[in-house]
Amino acid sequence: MQNLRLNINGDSVEVGAPSHWTLCEVLRYRLGLTGTKQGCDKGDCGACTVLIDGRPVLSCIHLAALAEDKEVTTIEGLRPLHQAAGGEGCDPVQDSFDRCGALQCGFCQSGMILSAKALLDEVPVPTEEDARAALSGNLCRCTGYTQIFQAIERAACERAGLEPTKPAWAPESSEHEA
Amino acid sequence: MKPDPARYVHGTDAPWDEFQVVGKPHRKVDGLAKATGEAVYADDIQLPGMLHAKTLRSPHPHARIRSVDTARAEALEGVHAVITGADLPTKYGVIPWTPDENALATDLVRFIGDEVAAVAAVDEDTANRALELIDVDYELLHAYLEPEESLERHDPAIHPDNKKGNISKHVELSFGEVDEALERAEAGELTLIEDDYTFHGTTHAPIEPHCAVARYSPDGLLTLWSSTQITHYVHRTLSAVLGLDPAKIRVVQPCLGGAFGGKSDPFSLEFCVALLAMRTGRPVKMLWTREEVFYAHRGRHPMKMHYKTAADAEGRVHAVDAKILIDGGSYSSFGLVTTYYSGQLLTGPYDFPAYRFDSTRVFTNKPPCGPKRGHGSVQPRFAFEVQLDEVAEAVGVDPIEIRRKNFQGEETETVNGQRITSNGFLECLARVEEASGWRERRGKLERGRGLGVAGSMYISGTNYPVYPNDMPQAGIQLKVDRSGVVTIFTGGNDIGQGSNSMVAYLVAEELGMDVAHVRVVAADTDLCPVDLGAYSSRVTFMVGNAAIDAARKLRAQIVEAVAEAWEVEPARVRLVGGRAIDLSDSERSIPTREAFQIAEVRFDTLGSTGSYNTPTLGGDYRGGTIGASPAYSFTAHVVEAVVDEETGRITVENCWIAHDCGRAINPMLVAGQMEGSAYMGIAEALMEEQEVNRFGLHRGPSLLDYTIPTSFDTPELHALIVESVDPEGPYGAKEAGEGPLHPSIPAISNAVYDAVGVRLRHLPFTPGRVLKELRAARESRAGESP
Ligand code: FES
Ligand code: FES
Repeated sequence: MQNLRLNINGDSVEVGAPSHWTLCEVLRYRLGLTGTKQGCDKGDCGACTVLIDGRPVLSCIHLAALAEDKEVTTIEGLRPLHQAAGGEGCDPVQDSFDRCGALQCGFCQSGMILSAKALLDEVPVPTEEDARAALSGNLCRCTGYTQIFQAIERAACERAGLEPTKPAWAPESSEHEA
Repeated sequence: MKPDPARYVHGTDAPWDEFQVVGKPHRKVDGLAKATGEAVYADDIQLPGMLHAKTLRSPHPHARIRSVDTARAEALEGVHAVITGADLPTKYGVIPWTPDENALATDLVRFIGDEVAAVAAVDEDTANRALELIDVDYELLHAYLEPEESLERHDPAIHPDNKKGNISKHVELSFGEVDEALERAEAGELTLIEDDYTFHGTTHAPIEPHCAVARYSPDGLLTLWSSTQITHYVHRTLSAVLGLDPAKIRVVQPCLGGAFGGKSDPFSLEFCVALLAMRTGRPVKMLWTREEVFYAHRGRHPMKMHYKTAADAEGRVHAVDAKILIDGGSYSSFGLVTTYYSGQLLTGPYDFPAYRFDSTRVFTNKPPCGPKRGHGSVQPRFAFEVQLDEVAEAVGVDPIEIRRKNFQGEETETVNGQRITSNGFLECLARVEEASGWRERRGKLERGRGLGVAGSMYISGTNYPVYPNDMPQAGIQLKVDRSGVVTIFTGGNDIGQGSNSMVAYLVAEELGMDVAHVRVVAADTDLCPVDLGAYSSRVTFMVGNAAIDAARKLRAQIVEAVAEAWEVEPARVRLVGGRAIDLSDSERSIPTREAFQIAEVRFDTLGSTGSYNTPTLGGDYRGGTIGASPAYSFTAHVVEAVVDEETGRITVENCWIAHDCGRAINPMLVAGQMEGSAYMGIAEALMEEQEVNRFGLHRGPSLLDYTIPTSFDTPELHALIVESVDPEGPYGAKEAGEGPLHPSIPAISNAVYDAVGVRLRHLPFTPGRVLKELRAARESRAGESP
């Protein structure tokens, strides 16, 4: 057992957990932040991705103790942080995933969205290659990634005032957006 | 001419000629909950005082359990209960005719990973320590790892009660004059192509591992939350195995993190947490590790297939003859259905004047196979579509052209007695032909790059419920609130495909409402009417039709009440855009909420039910209803592949997917199903293999060793939606979640042939196999040249 002092989504929290527990376990089973998912528990799938000081980290292979004195952002943090910064609704990346159909079962998506968020914070208008690289550690078994790339492109374009590419399935004439 | 569907739904005099909701992209009803981490999946459930359970698994592929001693485990501090096979002796199986599974092994273990005992403890670490303290004495038995061996011998038998030795199921069906056509081929009147094809094993690998939580309340009510796609069957099976009145069991499917068929059997952990909760009086959770998910498997059956196709000089198919050996792994699962599907689902989109198949499923000591996306029909489809390309080449017809020539047509019947209604296959072919630049490019690309085509069909559910009964296959209830909200109660399992959203769109369309005012409560046996589950691509068709049925009954009441209040004919009242309007008086309209209240005054508390049952379908012979669907979807793919002749590596650069889904209720979600299907198929061909080594041990039960595609591995996927508008589908819709997987695999083989001139007939298409084929081709060319 150890006492941990963590900064999660802007809150400073103190929590006791076995010393071998990972950040993923502490978030999910001590703090009730179950938006962080566990798909393999060994660093293979990316479902457990959180941001530590803005960079994506696999929380299932990251000892909770190593996160002390760092800023941890989980999927639950994006909306409140966006609102605290004066925004409305969800973070635009979350919203874009929903509007592009990128969320099927959703199990990969908290990790996916956080990886996408880190990318967009660094590269304002990423190419598809940038997106492929940034998401290469996040496995999705449902979507075939296509609508995820579209969601990232759309979030970037909206911010930059550009027109996103129309998906192949969208009819020429109509407004395709949800 | 098909009737204009919008007018058909809203009335011929409706002043709008478009659907209000259907056919347009919308958010999913649970999209933002998933995007923000709010959605609750099984492992997110934490109950006060909850214990954690773990499973002890067999280290042997085939053994008899002489004894299990749990005393040391029970004595460990923090352990609350230990159970073994003796505690759960009732056998079960998802197909009630073949109950051959036990939640925990009673006498035999049948694969490495088979469940033997379960422990509930204060935490996972303690439960894991307790597993090490369980002493099991095994008598090792001969392990069957090759399906051929299971055909030949059955001593020792994998299932000693099985009358057919190690054979799980054998089906032989013949339609039309197969032998006659083969004789004509023998005599040189027809072209005959004959070859062997192999499909390997692959697994679903949903990102969410299986998880179940049980609570046994003091009033004797057992509640199970489980990551299942078949709530209703789990409910029935729990009752049978636990010997509990089904009225004392509630099964709930929380948000589900992917399934693809891998969560459509009742699983050991569901019975174990239930019994452990009953024994301890505390809630119990079991979460399988990723390794355990690979043992649970129920994935694609390996098949060894021999096909003969006889065709005339124009390329028209006269007969197809197939012999298939299916490796079922250790249990039956859906195997009875798989064996039928391996033959029954091949009889479209092409017309087969004569067809025969002889399929045998055998048991082996490997993780059990079951239904994976495109259940039972992906493998034969691979073989046949490659063979059809070989026929095309032999008779000198373009591969797309030969598929057109053999098209079976709409409103027809297949050789095995299946009714075909709508059929948009020709349009699918035209779309991929155009989008891929087939005419300009195929056969003309630089060496190493090629285009390949394949087609397929798939069911939108079948009229065969797994247990015979005449009750509806899908039911819906609607509840109306004075706030203007309608709540849909559906037994349908949303497994990520968006079925909860689909019913919301349909009800919103019918009642002229904003989708945001429709709520969905799903897959909870206490709250929702029965639906049979998310399998066989049945949900959109069946649950969708049930939703429309319920919504129309409700709409009729609301319209009648408003018409009465306005003292006009009901035909003048329409629900649209969140309002009830008077068609003849544009000044008169009220919000839906008010219309609901008027109707509540008129009729009392409002609500309605709806249901769907298939019409009588299928051929009049044993097994004729298995695979008989109220509507079939059709697909065509063109794949562009590049073959590196030095390394043998195949890269798929583009995949054009044209899929006839009848009608796209939400085209964005349909496209997502098409892309997800195609990507999964491509991965099966090039990257994935579920395999055991010579000791029966899984070769790599992890997502590092079992390589599913990353964002880098996935080609450009082009989803082209074709809408044939089915006469019986909800707004004309058919399935979209499984059909579009089928053609990806043969299309790659056919593209490789175009690229480098070798036929790949055996999966997976590993670099080693490609190099071997290339070498063989070179050698045979060298042998031919003078
Ligand atoms: S759960 Fe952390 S990488 Fe899979
Ligand atoms: S949406 Fe299901 S795994 Fe990505």
